[in-house]
Amino acid sequence: MSTLAAVAVDPPKIEYAELSPMLLVFGAAIAGVLVEAFTPRYLRKSIQVPITIVSLIGAFVLTVWLGLRGTRDAAAMGSVAVDGPALFIWGAILLLAVVSVLLINDDDQFVAQAAAVPGSADEDRAISEGGAHTEIYPLVLFAVGGMLLFPAANDLLIMFVALEVMSLPLYLLCGLARRRRLLSQEAAMKYFLLGAFSSAFFLYGTALLYGFAGSVDLAAIAKSLGSVAGQDSLLFMGAATLAVGVLFKIGAAPFQAWKPDVYQGAPTPITALMASGTLIAAFGALLRVFWVALGNLDTEWIPVLWAVAILTMVVGAVLAITQTDIKRMLAYSSIAHTGFLLTAVVATGNAGQNAGALSGILFYLLAYGFATVGAFAVVTMVRDAGGEAGHLSRWAGLGKRSPVLAGIFTLFLLAFAGIPLTSGFFGKYAVFSAAVAGGATALVIVGVVTSAMAAFFYVRVIVLMFFSDPAPEGPTIAMPSMGTAAVVTLSAAATVVLGVFPQPVLDLAHSAAQSLFVR
Amino acid sequence: MTTHYLVLSALLFAIGGIGVLVRRNAIVVFMCVELMLNACNLAFVAFARQHGNLQGQIIAFFVMVVAAAEVVVGLAIIVTIFRTRRSASVDDANLLKY
Repeated sequence: MSTLAAVAVDPPKIEYAELSPMLLVFGAAIAGVLVEAFTPRYLRKSIQVPITIVSLIGAFVLTVWLGLRGTRDAAAMGSVAVDGPALFIWGAILLLAVVSVLLINDDDQFVAQAAAVPGSADEDRAISEGGAHTEIYPLVLFAVGGMLLFPAANDLLIMFVALEVMSLPLYLLCGLARRRRLLSQEAAMKYFLLGAFSSAFFLYGTALLYGFAGSVDLAAIAKSLGSVAGQDSLLFMGAATLAVGVLFKIGAAPFQAWKPDVYQGAPTPITALMASGTLIAAFGALLRVFWVALGNLDTEWIPVLWAVAILTMVVGAVLAITQTDIKRMLAYSSIAHTGFLLTAVVATGNAGQNAGALSGILFYLLAYGFATVGAFAVVTMVRDAGGEAGHLSRWAGLGKRSPVLAGIFTLFLLAFAGIPLTSGFFGKYAVFSAAVAGGATALVIVGVVTSAMAAFFYVRVIVLMFFSDPAPEGPTIAMPSMGTAAVVTLSAAATVVLGVFPQPVLDLAHSAAQSLFVR
Repeated sequence: MTTHYLVLSALLFAIGGIGVLVRRNAIVVFMCVELMLNACNLAFVAFARQHGNLQGQIIAFFVMVVAAAEVVVGLAIIVTIFRTRRSASVDDANLLKY
C-alpha cells in the first residue's frame, strides 16, 4: 500500500463539453433545490418552472450541437459514452421531458402537503392555502439527469449510480398525487420496494462480473469474454442477475408486475414521464449491457431474451384486454410494446444488421414516447368529481361530448396499434423488419399476432367512445390549460408527422445507429 | 480463499432475498434489501483483493452512499404510508390489483 502513495497520480481528464447536457440538467436541479431553500413560497413556482424548462431546452440544444459536431467518443476516462445512439436517446428523452414538464406544470395534480395525512385537518388547511409542492421540479430534473446518464453509462458502476439517480426521485414523485392519495402512496411503496430489490440484483450481477473480468468497464468485460478460464459460473450468474435488474426497469415479463400498479397510482403527468423517458433510458442501458458488455455471449442470452420477449408480448396483450381502468390498460399496452422492442434486441448479427436493429429501436422509442405522453395528457383532461375518470365505462360516449378530444385520443390509440399513417406503423415496421433480417422470424410472428390482439383492445376503447351512448352523469372535460393543450397538440402533431413523413427522423436514427456503441 | 467470502456473500444475499419475499413489514423488507446491498459490498471487496486492484473497494463506497440515499427516500415513503394506514404491512396496501 505504501508504494501507492509514491506514484504520482494523474488527474482524470473530463470532457466537460461532451457532458454538458447532463451537467446543465443536474446544475439546474441543484439550483432548484437552492430556490426551495431561499425563496418565499409564493415566488417558488414562478422561478422553478422557467429554470426547469429552460435547462431542459438548453440541454437539448447542447445535444444537437454535440450531434452536429460529430462527437462519438467515450468521455470522462471512458466511463460515459457520448456516441450516436446516446445522443439520439438524449435528444428524445429531453424533448419528451420538456413535454412532460408542461403537463406537470399544468394544474393541481400534485399534493398540497405530502406529509399531511389524507382526510385530516392538516390536509384541508394545506389545500385551502393553495399551491402544491414545488419540490417536484428539482426532483423531475434529477430524474431526467439520471435518465440521461443511464443509457450513456459505459461502466457498470456508473450505470448503477445512474439507475438510482433516475429511480429515487421517481419513487417520491409517484407518491405525490393530490387525489386518490392512498393509491398514490401505495404505488410509491410498491415501486420503491420492488425497485430497490431489483437494483440489488443489478448490483450483485455487477459484483460477479467484476469478479469475472477484474473490471466493471463494459469494454473490459467484453474483452475478457474471449478468455473464459474456469470462471464461467461467475460470468453466467453475473449476467443473469444483471439481466434481472435491467429487465425489471424496462418492465419485461416476468418482472412486469410493478408497471400497472405504478402507472395507475402515480400522478398522471409523472406516469407520462415514466412511460416515455424511463423506458427509453432503460432500453439504452439494456442494449449497452447486452450488445457491448455481453456481445460475445450472444449465443447464451439470445434464447433467454426470446422467451422473455414472447412472454412479455403475450402477458401485455392478454392482460390489457381484461382491464377496466384506462391508465392500467395503457400500462399493460406499454408492457406489450416493451415486448415488441425486445424482438429487435435479439436480432443481432454483423455490424450492418446491428445498426438496422438499433435504428429501428431508436425510432420506435421516439414514436411511442410521443404517443404515450399525448395519451396520458388526454387522460388528465377527462374528469369526474373525484379527479380523473379512470374507469373505462366512464369514457363511454366521449366522442359525442367532445369529438375533438376523442378524435385525438383515437389517433394515439391507432398509433399504439400500429395503423398506417401514424408513427406506430413505421416504428413497428422498422423493428419487425430488423428482427426478420436477424433471423427472429418466429418471434415476429408472435409479435404480429399479439399486435392484432392489442389492436382489439385499442379499437374497443374507440368503439366505446364513439358508438356508445354517453352516461347521464358522465365525466366533464376539463378546459385544457395552455400547457396541456400544447402537450396534446405537440404529441398529436409528432404522431402524424412521424407517420406521414418519417424519412428525416428515420435517417437521423439510421445515422445515429451507424457508428453503433462506442467501446 | 476468495471462495469463503463469496459463499458468505451469497448466503447473505440469499437471506436478504428470502426476507424480501416472506416478510410482511415494509421496514423489515427494506432492511433485507439493505442486507442484499451489503452482500454485494462484501463480494466487491473480496474480488478487489483477488484481482489486486482498488476498483472493487471504491465501488463499495459508492454503494454505501447509494444505500444511504435509498434509506432517506424509502423511510420517507414508508413513514408516510404508516401515518395514513396505521400499518406498515405490505399486505395491507392492496388497493391496486389485477
